[in-house]
Amino acid sequence: MFIYKLKYILIFFILSILPIKIVIADGEFTTQKPSLGKIVSIKEINAVDFVVMPDGDGLPIGSGSVESGKELFTMHCQACHGLDGVNGINGDLSGGHGTINGPVPKKTVGSYWPYATILFDYIRRAMPYQSPGILSNDEIYALSAYILYINNIIDEKEVITQKTIVDVEMPNSQNFIWAYPKKD
Amino acid sequence: MKKKKFNFTFSADNGLVDRRCFLKSGFGVGAGMMVAGANASEGKYRDDWMRKPGSGMGESGPSIHESHIKRSNVASQPGTLGSGASRTPLQFLDGIITPSRLHFERHHSGIPDINPQSHRLFIHGLVDRSLSFSMNDLQRYQHVSRIQFLECSGNSGAMIAPNAPQRDVSQIHGLVSCSEWGGIPLNILLDEAGIKPEGKWIVASGADAAVMSRSVPLEKIMDDAIIATHQNGEPIRPSNGYPMRLFLPGWEGNACVKWLKTIKVTSGPSMTKDETSKYSDLRDDGIAELFTFPMGVKSIITSPSPGLDLLERGIYQISGIAWSGSGKIKQVELSADGGKTWAKAELDSHVLSKSLTRFRSAWKWNGTQSSLMSRAIDDQGNIQPNREHWLKGRAINTFYHYNAIQSWSVNSKGKINNVYL
Ligand code: HEC
Repeated sequence: MFIYKLKYILIFFILSILPIKIVIADGEFTTQKPSLGKIVSIKEINAVDFVVMPDGDGLPIGSGSVESGKELFTMHCQACHGLDGVNGINGDLSGGHGTINGPVPKKTVGSYWPYATILFDYIRRAMPYQSPGILSNDEIYALSAYILYINNIIDEKEVITQKTIVDVEMPNSQNFIWAYPKKD
Repeated sequence: MKKKKFNFTFSADNGLVDRRCFLKSGFGVGAGMMVAGANASEGKYRDDWMRKPGSGMGESGPSIHESHIKRSNVASQPGTLGSGASRTPLQFLDGIITPSRLHFERHHSGIPDINPQSHRLFIHGLVDRSLSFSMNDLQRYQHVSRIQFLECSGNSGAMIAPNAPQRDVSQIHGLVSCSEWGGIPLNILLDEAGIKPEGKWIVASGADAAVMSRSVPLEKIMDDAIIATHQNGEPIRPSNGYPMRLFLPGWEGNACVKWLKTIKVTSGPSMTKDETSKYSDLRDDGIAELFTFPMGVKSIITSPSPGLDLLERGIYQISGIAWSGSGKIKQVELSADGGKTWAKAELDSHVLSKSLTRFRSAWKWNGTQSSLMSRAIDDQGNIQPNREHWLKGRAINTFYHYNAIQSWSVNSKGKINNVYL
């Protein structure tokens, strides 16, 4: 008896909400998003995250000297960028200092770049051109040190680390402005 | 056959024909009649290809008679194959859509061969949840499609040279193309990850060997950026970012990172090599402007143009493309007398925001030296500048975002040259 009654109550209940349900379903059709993104662990993210910020965020712990950088440069970079980073088949990595506001600006790491952190970021992403990814973090710091050295930005004895690379004062760093966001 | 005579009315000096002439007069002279000759059957003429069934169905490319229409000036950095550009042959195209095989290229370390089964898009950084999406996941989201242009900010850079470069439209201006881009609005995916209040920019990185990267303000990303998976109806081609690229309507091509793999939400820009060392705009006072994203209002007459010389005097179609990174093209003006008088061009019916717009006019060439120019105005009130105005305030070898008025000079023999006016 009780079960019999319950059945009716249930049917009545379902009937009473049916039209409303359709309306809800209709709404879901247009506004519901599939939400299929899978949660990724920090470890997995670290493996795909190459981003280095000018304040040093994203830089791994490590260090490298000008001296070891010179050796690495000869081995991995000189063939394209030339002896001491000039006159190679690809772009010069030093020179042009003081030309940026002159009649013929020559842009290089030393004459133009606003932050030294870009060196680590870019070499880690893309260089050496034919086999990116082969360098260790210490080697990338060493190459950054060497490229800063050939631009007379640091001296021969200096060691570049995840901390010191942030503090390097690039000669042209004060000469950049942001066109975005637009000031009316 | 006697040629009909028309009395033209002109909308500007040196032969720009008022379009109403055509509407009224039903313009056109009958094509020379084919004479029924030896291959005639019962007095009817058949061309060779009308006398047996054509070839079968299936895959097909363009006509073999159009094999000269291909990407031009494929050039890479010395010692590399994929660090350079190839250009769209704009002078041979009509309408606004660039066939995908002719879309310009600009790569920094070649075209990767990405397996879509294993490729993932990661969204991380200043978000509540770091997420990854497979291609299968992404196909379940509601897509959008829009016809929009993509232009490399280095396009037309050759025009800063002190003497007008004697090259064709493709070689000078071929780093712009227009496609129907299909994909997923990026704001949907970022909302799913949940942006933290400190999140103001994103850094997008590709899955190419250079892990190509650019920083983009979150404002743009949430406004109209998409993850493009389709181009002109088919999956995006490897040379345009297969299986997906960032697409930022109206903004410089370099920021529309191809082979997109990671999007990191950050508090500010990362100052990547390509947004500092390259793609920054140096002024003549030594100050460099970073993040000059939108492409300016611009137009080019694609025909007549260098290489498409005029063979005889008479009526020609002037045809070209106009676009703006800020909105729709409102008006294109044409001059046939080097900018002394101007007349409005006709716009084809598709006038879309941040898209190429095709413009046309009829022009009666009287066989004398003439200078053709086009000037575009967008719906935000931006007017295409002349070259002198564009150069003002810029450092000598700064070439990004060149959008000045292009002039073609037609000499009395009908030969067309690039000129600075
Ligand atoms: C096979 C030739 C080749 C080799 C080897 C090579 N590079 Fe490069 N390098 C290039 C090319 C090509 C570019 C420009 C890439 C582009 O189009 O974005 C470049 C760009 C650079 C830049 C950016 C320059 C600028 O002003 O924007 C730096 C820095 C650099 N390389 C450092 C290195 C270092 C360090 C090494 C050695 C570890 C190295 N390269 C090895 C070819 C090479």
